[in-house]
Formats: sequence, C-alpha cells, structure tokens
Amino acid sequence: MAILVNNDTKLCVSGITGREGTFHTLNNRNYGTNVVSGVTPGKGGQDVEGIPVFNTFHDAVDKTGANTAMIFVPPRFAADSILEAEDAGISLIIAITEGIPAHDELRVYNQLTRNPNVRLVGPNCPGILSPGKANVGIIPASFFSEGNVGVVSRSGTLTYQIGNELAQAGFGNSSIVGIGGDPVPGSSFIDILAEFEADPETELIVMAGEIGGSAEEEAAEFIKANVTKPVVAYIAGFTAPPGKTMGHAGAIVSGSAGTAKAKQEALEANGVRVGRTPTEVAQIAAEIAGSLKTA
Amino acid sequence: MDLLEYQGKQLFARHGVPVPSGSPATTVEEAVAAADEIGYPCVVKAQVQIGGRGKAGGIKVAKDRQEAEEHSKAILGMDIKGHTVHEVWIEAASDIAAEYYASIVFDRSAKRPLVMLSTQGGMDIEEVAEKDPTALVRLHVDPLLGFQDFHARRLAFEAGVDADVVRPLGALLAKLYDAFVKEEAMLVEVNPLIVTADRQVAALDAKVTLDDNSLFRHPDNAALRNVAAEDEQERMARERGLTFVKLDGNVGILGNGAGLVMSTLDVVAQAGGSAANFLDAGGGSKAEAITQAVEVILSNPNVTAVLFNIFGGITRCDEVARGLIEAFDQIKPSVPFVVRLDGTNDVEGRKLLADANLPNVHTESTMLGAAKKVVELAG
Repeated sequence: MAILVNNDTKLCVSGITGREGTFHTLNNRNYGTNVVSGVTPGKGGQDVEGIPVFNTFHDAVDKTGANTAMIFVPPRFAADSILEAEDAGISLIIAITEGIPAHDELRVYNQLTRNPNVRLVGPNCPGILSPGKANVGIIPASFFSEGNVGVVSRSGTLTYQIGNELAQAGFGNSSIVGIGGDPVPGSSFIDILAEFEADPETELIVMAGEIGGSAEEEAAEFIKANVTKPVVAYIAGFTAPPGKTMGHAGAIVSGSAGTAKAKQEALEANGVRVGRTPTEVAQIAAEIAGSLKTA
Repeated sequence: MDLLEYQGKQLFARHGVPVPSGSPATTVEEAVAAADEIGYPCVVKAQVQIGGRGKAGGIKVAKDRQEAEEHSKAILGMDIKGHTVHEVWIEAASDIAAEYYASIVFDRSAKRPLVMLSTQGGMDIEEVAEKDPTALVRLHVDPLLGFQDFHARRLAFEAGVDADVVRPLGALLAKLYDAFVKEEAMLVEVNPLIVTADRQVAALDAKVTLDDNSLFRHPDNAALRNVAAEDEQERMARERGLTFVKLDGNVGILGNGAGLVMSTLDVVAQAGGSAANFLDAGGGSKAEAITQAVEVILSNPNVTAVLFNIFGGITRCDEVARGLIEAFDQIKPSVPFVVRLDGTNDVEGRKLLADANLPNVHTESTMLGAAKKVVELAG
C-alpha cells in the first residue's frame, strides 16, 4: 500500500513538451510510473518518446484513461491548467509549478473544494513518491526505499534531507508527499495525515513544517483527535526574523503568530514529539520504531 | 511588495475609491509648488514604509505657503525609525467628522479574502480589537462570488456605522474589494477611512501590499518598487534572481530550497553560530547562479565564513561545484568555506572540488557536521 500514487496511477502531464516537463516526465516513467499521456495545446498528435500528446485534458482523459495530472507549465498558465484537469474529471492533480499568483491559487482552491471527487497537491511542491510503485514529480527517488514511514512536508529539499537521515537510520517509506510552501496549498497536513492514518502500510508518520500560517497548529489538533499512529515532527525557521519572507511565499512570521516555537509547543501539547534537527527527527523515529517492535 | 501611501492612494483612485487630491514631491521647491496648486490648508506627509509617521513628526498641516516650505524642509531627509524620507505627499486638508477603519486581507487560513470594518479608526486597530473584539467586524468573501451589496450592508450595520453613511461606505468597500482583486493585493488597508463634515467618505491613508508573483501581469505596479529604501545587498540579490534575506550574524549561508535553508540557519544557531543571511539558490541552479550568489554573500563585510548546504534533487551537485570553482577564480575569497554536497550528481561534484583543490575550502559529509565546522571557522 501507499497513498495517492501507486500502481493504479495513470499519469497525464501538462507541459510535457517543455524542457523541464519532458525531463521529469521521462524520469518518472523510468522509475516505473505509468505515464499515459501529456497535454500541450497546439501539439496534439505529437508524442514524447512514445507518450501521446493531446491538445486538451478532455482528449487525454477520453483516449488514455488518465486519472492523475502533473502540472509542469509556467506560473501564468498553471491555474488554468489545474482547472482544466478538474473539468476533465481527473481525480488527483499534482502541481509542481512555483510562483503561481496568490489570487489564482485562491480561485482554484475555492473551485476545487466544490468538487468532492478531486484532490490537488501543491502547487510549488516536489510531488509524491511511493517508493517501488510510482514517482510523480521531482523527488530524487534513488535516495528512498520501500518501507513503513509516511512523510509529509511543506518543503522539497528539507524532505530529501529528512528522508536521507531516515534512510541512514534504516527506514524506508510508504509514501512521501510534498504539499508545498505556498500560502494556499491544495492539500493541507491534515488531508495527508488522514490518508496516512487510513493506509495499513504506514506505521509511523514524519511531518516537516516551517514558520508561517497555522497549518501545523491545526494539524496538531487533528492528530490528537484522529491519528492513532505515532507522529514525529520537525519545524524549520526557529531563527527566522519576523516580517521577512523566507523563500516560500508562506514562510513569513507575522507578529507572534506562526513562529516555529509556537508550532513546536502546539505539537508537543498534543503528544507529537518534535526533533530540533533533521538528524534528531530520525533518532526519535528510531526510538519510537524500537518501542513499536517490542510492544 | 509594499507601496508607499501615495502610490496606494493612486491605485485606489484608479478603482474609484475616493481619496483627497494630492501630489508627490522630492524637493522643497516641488513641495511648495504642489501646495500652491492644491491650496491651503494642506498636509505634508512623509512617504516611508513604516508606521508611526505622525508621532515621529512626519505628518504636518500647513496653513500657508511659509509653513508648507518649513514643513517640507523639516520632513524631507528626516529619519523615521531607520527609514530616510526621500519623498513627501502634499494633500488637501480634509474636514473630518469621524474616523473609521477598513481593510481586506488575504486570509491564508480561511483561504478567502477577509473584509474588516470598524468605526474606531485612526488608531492602532490591533489595540482596538483586543480591547473590544466587537468593535472590529469581519466577513469572509467567496472569491468566486465576489463582494456583494448585502456584504457591505451587513458589515456597515454590524459595525454601527451612521445610517446616512451606509450607502457611500458600501460603495467605497465594493471599490476597495475591486482594487484588491484586480491589482492582486495581499492587503489593502485604510486607516483612517474618514467621514467628512458633508457626510462623504474618503481614504485618508492607504497601505497596500501587492503579490510579487503577480507583477508580471501588472507592469505598471512592478515599476513602483521603492528601490531607494532597499538594502544594497538585497537589491543585488534580487537583480540576480536570488531569494535572499540579510541577517545580523557572520556565517554566510547558501542552500537549495527554502525549507532546507531555514533548517540550515537553525542548525548553525544550535552549533553556536549566527547566520549572516538566508540565501536560497533555488531549484536547478546553474554554475553561473552559484557564482553570483557567492558574490552577494561576500559583499557583506561581516561574513567570516561561508557554508554551502546542498541536497540536490532538481539541482545538480556538479553544477554547484563548478559555480564555486568559478567564484574562487573570479572573486578569490579570503574567508573559509565549508561545503556539504549530497543528492543528484554528488559524486561528480565532490570529485570536481577535490581536483580543484581550492584554498581554504573544507568538505563535510553531513549537515550537522558542516554546521559545526563553519561555526568553528567563523570564530
């Protein structure tokens, strides 16, 4: 088992003919992901190394049965592409694009919440990897192996760092989900925690957050009420100054709200152990795994 | 991107939000000419991106030409909490009967715009809301539906607005919402929003934050960037397309990915050091970008050691190594570097660095080890 992407994934890539789009699509296919089609308006009828390209998502879904979309188009076209995928009946949309205008994200989010059959992950995210099954996005899959730790993160490279520390401690992963660092992510920690809770293969969950917003605090409440599996958390940005945007559009401390300390306290108050460094996260995970085995 | 007050008012005016007439000036002569044109009494207002201008003496009423000249002389060049006044706004004085507060913020938690209104304007709104939460009324708007007339009426009546002002205030809020959406703002705030003696409403102040990601659709707004107020090093980084924040410490930091860089700052602090900057070289950085990033980091004279913390995914470690080698060739840094390379093409990257045998460059295999080493070297 794994969550969201697996052997049933039939992937259609929007922006497949772009330089990055082609590179990562083929990378994903080489990993074993079932890439069935791509969309580039005006290039319908062409193919990318045997993957058929269509003018519209509707055509791609009709002809190839795609159920998952990866969005790899530039920011100015991304919102439209996400909405097109939803309109065509795609149930999982993974948006990698960075730099989408916030008001576009707002409209997309509010439209997608009207549709109970669709889930958006991202934008501005590294994608989802279910080791041994499917990789959709830009996560360097060779660093991860199959296992029982689910990882959910707001940051791409931080995920790799934590994943690497976990691997060195002997852990593999059920799935790794990057939800992205933008102000309006399609999926929250809570959405992904619920998926991991329901996934029989996932035994332990690692959650990597950062300063800004209140998603970690909300996740803490949710964990207390709904998650029976152990969760280890990490928060980046303890030393970040207030009022400055730290790279991610969402990573900004406004006054006392959204500080790393406040998030750590909220998580700990709800029974979640918080590592102070990525290395410590792996150590805590190892301790918990040890006690699970002996239990 | 934050706008100056008068830029915000001009943006409001384009969307029909009533604002007093005025004119910007960068010299005393320009200011006096503008005051003559507008007529007396008028107000001379310092244009800086910081609150508390009035208390600092940055806002003064001029009843005649002589006062306009005196006030402009005093305010231009004034320092307000570290911000130098390069520009003033000369505005027609208003006959104020009441001061309200209105704002629209991009509410990330609710994922909707949040409209707020209070009849207790003119002061610190956070204080007002804390003392009496009912004094600030709030309403979330579905962005696909937009701001409706009934929204405005509900806000106005709940806030206790005088009945004869409900209609013009509602019209102002609708126009403000229009400006918020069409200009793709993260915040528009009017404090005070005034009711004049003849029962008109107008925005007497304007605070506007625009979404940087949307500026490609608004070239006119992009041109409003207040370059004079920008830190030299931050400007240098922005012009090179780097995500950069200047900090107070002495350890220069370069990493890839915002989360990993933030984490690196924290780990350096835990090792007893203090970061001089946040610098995210971004995904897929090529050698040239790395060279430019080193240039930006070293332009800060406080930097006594530099840490490269790279976990390559889309970024290739060999490109990072090439950029560093190029930087050493061009800049010949005099401070020590600690480099940690992991991820895509890390073997090639480490080999390139080993072969180049750069002076004073130390490689470490873990993030924690690299942080400890750089703190030791930074002194």
